Amino acid sequence: MLFTSYTFIAFLAAMFVLYYLVPKKFQWMLLLAGSYLFYAWAGIHFLAYILVTTVTTWYAAKRMTVLQTEQSAYLKAHKAELSREEKKALKAAGKKKTRHWMLFCLLLNLGILAVLKYTDFFISNINGIFDTDIAFMRFALPMGISFYTFQSMGYLLDVYRGKYAAQDSLGRFALFVSFFPQVIQGPISRYDDMAKTLYDEHPYDHHNISFGIQRICWGFFKKMVVADRILVAVNELIKNPADYTGAYVLAAMFFYAIELYADFTGGIDITIGIAQVFGVHLVENFERPFFSKNTAEYWRRWHITMGTWFRDYIFYPISVCQPMLKLSKASREKLGQALGKRVPVYLSTSIVWFVTGLWHGASWNFIVWGMLNCLVLIVSQEFEPFYAWFHKKFPKVGRTFWYRLFQVARTFCLMSAIRILDCYRDVPLTFHQVGTIFTEGNWNVLVNGSLLELGLSAADWGVILAGVLAMLIVSLIGRSGSVREKLSKQPMALRYGVYAALFLGVLIFGAYGIGFDASQFIYNQF
Amino acid sequence: MEALLNILKELHPEVDFETCDTLIDDKILDSFDIISIITSVNTEYDVAIPAEEIIPENFNSAEALYDLIERLQDED
Repeated sequence: MLFTSYTFIAFLAAMFVLYYLVPKKFQWMLLLAGSYLFYAWAGIHFLAYILVTTVTTWYAAKRMTVLQTEQSAYLKAHKAELSREEKKALKAAGKKKTRHWMLFCLLLNLGILAVLKYTDFFISNINGIFDTDIAFMRFALPMGISFYTFQSMGYLLDVYRGKYAAQDSLGRFALFVSFFPQVIQGPISRYDDMAKTLYDEHPYDHHNISFGIQRICWGFFKKMVVADRILVAVNELIKNPADYTGAYVLAAMFFYAIELYADFTGGIDITIGIAQVFGVHLVENFERPFFSKNTAEYWRRWHITMGTWFRDYIFYPISVCQPMLKLSKASREKLGQALGKRVPVYLSTSIVWFVTGLWHGASWNFIVWGMLNCLVLIVSQEFEPFYAWFHKKFPKVGRTFWYRLFQVARTFCLMSAIRILDCYRDVPLTFHQVGTIFTEGNWNVLVNGSLLELGLSAADWGVILAGVLAMLIVSLIGRSGSVREKLSKQPMALRYGVYAALFLGVLIFGAYGIGFDASQFIYNQF
Repeated sequence: MEALLNILKELHPEVDFETCDTLIDDKILDSFDIISIITSVNTEYDVAIPAEEIIPENFNSAEALYDLIERLQDED
């Protein structure tokens, strides 16, 4: 059930009416029933996977909380009679027991994800290396498996760390895992954030509902007016690589950047908007990423919940584990303070980016994409002293608008160039295509009308340009606070003019009909 | 505390760590800095800061970080 389908709109409307009709104490149950219906729509057998993750994580977390509670009660009751060493030994034994539950659940669920998502990638590498002919398994991937697995494992690790107690109710936990607006493409929420509003009783709140609907419309605008339209040109460029080299590849990089931004942020707008309509607050996943001045900042502002997930559950634990601390000590002794202290940070960064690449897709394209991001981050870090020297030497330059614009443009171009690995069939082809930018010399295609022959008319390009301008203006306004709040304070004529323009924009300029296909969201595939 | 301030100043000489209490909230310290601090603290104080302690409250100021180090030393 695509967000952009009529079925989904009908489903959403029915859910909305029922949600505010049923007694408030049943609202979360309705959301759970709706979420399972939404999930089953993709194939009833897929429910088995999400159910396994839900039940095992719920049970393991519950066991961990019971063990933690029992232990702290025992320590409290025997505080006086236990020696320091005995307390330490008890804590260590308790931690070991909870670790067993955590590891069992973690390995089971990551194992399911790994088998379903990476078996064929593994087989294709084996076949390539050993010249064998092992048949592919071609497992069907359950919808949003990477998202709901990561969200559940985040919960499991938080309970293991004692950040909060496990959720007692299986039904409530099942809703956290399967909440239908976010199950297919995130954001990857944290339980303590989401639980604040997910299970509450929500009276009809006109402000929340109105703002939610506005955000949904804005998401549909980005997705259907911009992303699904420019997708036609991107597909033409990347599916016929031999015909489109040189400057065309450069065009593909920027068109794909626009498509992915409109697609993914549009999808998240719809998700957060729907949740808001039901009174549920979801965390933001983007913070105007294309305004970032460097790569590290870009990754703090793009797909934020994925970045923080990898940071909190992989980067930090790897960086501060005992072997890494030992390595750090050894490298400082052998390589000196300055170089030695970089070793653990850069090693952990490399591991995290390798996994991030793999999480995005089972192909070398994504792994190379991850490692290139890692390389840029490390090089930027190494250039820090140079930047510091530059800003000290030319303090006024760094504060100018033009310098900031240069930084933003540089980051946008760099990220767009690396992101093109998403598009082409394999890594060698991608590098070949990018190489032709510097060798082909066909720059005239950017201005001689050739770009108008990519399956889109001049009118379509006009709509895309208007859409991009609209996104830019909204982002600029959003820098100083909520756009919807600001709009709500405008005179009624202007306010309703904007609402009508947005609604009619989606209705009239949404990419429907021959040549267009309201496509799946790109991040649904992850 | 002196040793901790030296570790911090080495990373960001421009920051007044004795007064600043928004090191994380104001994005002065990033994740690279945090790991550098943890590895340096491990060398200097022989204390391993576990991943679950890497939360803004513990890293927002030099004082909070020092309290954490003392707490972990005490638990050891």
